[in-house]
Amino acid sequence: MDGNGYLPEDRSPGVEERESTATVASYTAGLGLAILATIGSFVVAQTSLLWPPGIPVGLIVLALAQIGVHLVFFLHLGSGPDNTNNILALAFGVLIVFLVIGGSLWIVDNLSTNMMPGPIN
Amino acid sequence: MTTTTIEAASNRLAHQRDSGPAPTRIVVAYGFWIFILSDIVMFSALFAAYAVLAGNTAGGPTGAELFNLRNVFLMTMCLLVSSYTGGLGALSAEQRKPERFLLFAAATFVLGAAFLFLEIAEFVGMIHKGAAPSRSAFLSAFFTLVGMHGAHVTAGLIWLVYMMAQVVAKGLRAAVLRRLLCFSLFWHALDIVWVGVMTLVYLMGVQ
Repeated sequence: MDGNGYLPEDRSPGVEERESTATVASYTAGLGLAILATIGSFVVAQTSLLWPPGIPVGLIVLALAQIGVHLVFFLHLGSGPDNTNNILALAFGVLIVFLVIGGSLWIVDNLSTNMMPGPIN
Repeated sequence: MTTTTIEAASNRLAHQRDSGPAPTRIVVAYGFWIFILSDIVMFSALFAAYAVLAGNTAGGPTGAELFNLRNVFLMTMCLLVSSYTGGLGALSAEQRKPERFLLFAAATFVLGAAFLFLEIAEFVGMIHKGAAPSRSAFLSAFFTLVGMHGAHVTAGLIWLVYMMAQVVAKGLRAAVLRRLLCFSLFWHALDIVWVGVMTLVYLMGVQ
């Protein structure tokens, strides 16, 4: 059992019983990883060493990695029981974001492919 | 026999503890997390508009001609380090150290304000170069998306000053700590949106 000294039944609903698991070390690790990903992104975007068509893919991978670092180290989104609802809500949010962005790009690309050549172009 | 009985009893107790009502701080954070996700869905519509319109420069300046990656890198670092100091501030508040919290909150405010200053300077410079929002669909989408993020940072800075005043006036009591938790979530979420802006608008825009 945890060392609170009182029985779990004694807890009234809504009482703050657990502090967050964050520490200075976890924030510092998050900052370090995020800075690495940021510098990586800027290097990938400006370097001439990489195959140009692959650069956007690399940038997206680095951005997703950095978002993951932010979620885990700064927003403390983990696998604990308190986080189940947060993770489910995030999964739903990510679904909507992909539908909105991916769907818009798909539909508009389809439209412009099927557009009659106009006088301007 | 005795061991298993004790084990069974403690298992039952552990089960009761886990199935009881969630602490207020968990419920509040969940509710605010739902708001943040809806905010991110709103940003996704602006991202979609930008992605669709990014090529429509109408003969005007393109992203590659306008964006200064050194400036963007500085902005990114300001926001990232402000996220870090904001996190350390939240940690100090949880450990009931109001002076340390105020110090970290002040650092967070200065870094956030520096980000905003660099962004406004960039906008003013672009408008002076004739790249105003009305110039092309690309620029309309750019100013809407990046400006909306800047508006969120502005709101966050006002909220942060308000939270510092609450800590001074009311102390670090439970309700204030929960508001601080919501502020931390908001501030870190802004940094996540900025990762998207930095990658999709600036780094891909200069390709």
